[in-house]
Amino acid sequence: MGRTLAEKVWERHVVRRAEGEPDLLYIDLHLIHEVTSPQAFDGLRLAGRKVRRPELTIATEDHNVPTVLGPISDPVSKTQVETLRKNAAEFGIRLHPMGDAGQGVVHIIGPQFGLTQPGMTIVCGDSHTSTHGAFGAIAFGIGTSEVEHVLATQTLPAYRPKTMAIEVSGELPTGVTAKDLILAIIAKIGTGGGQGYIVEYRGEAVRKLSMEGRMTVCNMSIEAGARAGMIAPDETTFAYLKGRPHAPEGEAWDQAVEYWKSLRTDDDAVFDKVVEIDASTLTPYVTWGTNPGQGLPLGDSVPSPETFSDPVARSAAERALEYMGLTAGTPLREIEVDTVFVGSCTNGRIEDLRSAAEILRGRTVKTRTLIVPGSMLVKLQAEQEGLHEVFKAAGAEWREAGCSMCLGMNPDTLKPGERSASTSNRNFEGRQGKGGRTHLVSPQVAAATAVTGRLTAPADL
Amino acid sequence: MDAFTTHTGTAVPLRRSNIDTDQIIPAVWLKQVSRTGFEKGLFSAWREDPTFVLNDPAYEGGSILVSGPDFGTGSSREHAVWALQQYGFRVVIAARFGDIFRNNSTKMGLLPVVLPGDKVEALQAAVEADPKLEVTVDLAGRQVRWAGEAVPFEIDDYTRWRLMEGLDDIGLTLRHSDEVAAYENGRQPWLPTTV
Repeated sequence: MGRTLAEKVWERHVVRRAEGEPDLLYIDLHLIHEVTSPQAFDGLRLAGRKVRRPELTIATEDHNVPTVLGPISDPVSKTQVETLRKNAAEFGIRLHPMGDAGQGVVHIIGPQFGLTQPGMTIVCGDSHTSTHGAFGAIAFGIGTSEVEHVLATQTLPAYRPKTMAIEVSGELPTGVTAKDLILAIIAKIGTGGGQGYIVEYRGEAVRKLSMEGRMTVCNMSIEAGARAGMIAPDETTFAYLKGRPHAPEGEAWDQAVEYWKSLRTDDDAVFDKVVEIDASTLTPYVTWGTNPGQGLPLGDSVPSPETFSDPVARSAAERALEYMGLTAGTPLREIEVDTVFVGSCTNGRIEDLRSAAEILRGRTVKTRTLIVPGSMLVKLQAEQEGLHEVFKAAGAEWREAGCSMCLGMNPDTLKPGERSASTSNRNFEGRQGKGGRTHLVSPQVAAATAVTGRLTAPADL
Repeated sequence: MDAFTTHTGTAVPLRRSNIDTDQIIPAVWLKQVSRTGFEKGLFSAWREDPTFVLNDPAYEGGSILVSGPDFGTGSSREHAVWALQQYGFRVVIAARFGDIFRNNSTKMGLLPVVLPGDKVEALQAAVEADPKLEVTVDLAGRQVRWAGEAVPFEIDDYTRWRLMEGLDDIGLTLRHSDEVAAYENGRQPWLPTTV
């Protein structure tokens, strides 16, 4: 019987397999940031252990960093960032600190350097590590104990998750993006739908996505509960990688591509579960609640909790509406927002900024609008293309690279009761600041919303 | 980590679903570089509500959290596990857990127990009727027991053994360093390094 993409990549990385034990899996790349690593380095020091392969490890500063120029003013954030610097220096790990041309959100810099390649195993103490699966890698988030384990051994003990295919047939209509697709998938299968699975996104609509779009889809696999998300590598992947600083060159490139081409699910392979979705029926999506599965097409209205037959979903909807300050039956297009955020590891790449700029060109924003490039290189590229001038002319704020308003760890936050349209990945209670209310949207919907001050699709303008 | 064989204590019913780790411990608490003091951040936003279950003196000292489905979804922050443990919880019972949270728990010796949804509800109701109800979580026997009920739960043999022995995963893996080195010799030559 044939094998799935996930099985092929997993099998290649099994260091040791023994009856009644999890597989010991080799890790090709370990990404590190300041939040989930300090206690892991402490653990190494306490046990007198070293980092086994510092040259397979890379660090950056992203969660705590302010996105305006200048030093970190919060002393606790500053200590955390300085701790990473000390640890990186002590253990010999390459770090891209604030101010460095290579600094940025950890899941943006891996791909941009060409460190993320097909067929690899990639981990990071961050659940959005699933982003890297867009290249046909097995990439997943881990906790601090596992960060310490990978630092010390370059391996992880793990049971192979089950496999799920999400078959996306048809073509995404104009104005419907990768973000809308993944929000629709999560709404369909729920926040627990992917639990215990590695998801492979397949089908015509997925093949037609750019690498940026594929990263957006894989990024939010965790929001469907999946351990990881993957897309088989193809010419789009190879074209993206070619010439990047850490991509193979010359003969090694040819060898690599030959291998990468074998990284596809065999025709006779069987998935543990298959979910089908028709891309051609999709429209822009937006979340109305406090988990990413509580999403609907923008043309719909805030749902009534009574429409949920499952009592758990019903009480979750009741609670969500209360927290979000929404009334059932209100058309989603009538919801007014205070803030628009374009950025994050979900939608902070150059293509996202281009699509937001296209909508904001020649228009003026009505709300506070933060445009935050995912990395310093994305920022540089955007400025070379003049996108920053478009944003500034529209009245938006053009910021430095970082996680920014995706999570309430740095100065970019919502105040209690404030409402955002956000291109990030989580609409949890308080995620963007205590009491803040988040509607997840695509960069295009975010930009159109900034223009009208209400949740808006570009086609409405 | 401390070994876990059997734990008997009182429980706290948490009647909510989809409890992401941002609720268990909000991001502002993650800036600490130490491993201690996270109990103050546990459910810190929800604890501001005087009617929140952890503020109910009837459940004081509870060491078994009985939650609605999808507990520990979202962010990978192990701080969520530390916060629960440092607050005094030894066990979380739910119908479904986020994968990363579940993994993190077993690395730290906080036992995540999956019971069927109706059994979780029955336990929540029993605890609400009698907050001092004694609940036993028997890892050796793979069973949760209360007031004449005995409900089995599944956990793989390896994780159970590791928890019962209180073993350090890294120490276990380091025993196989030769196999790791042998694997490394066969890695594909084009794989990248970060230098």
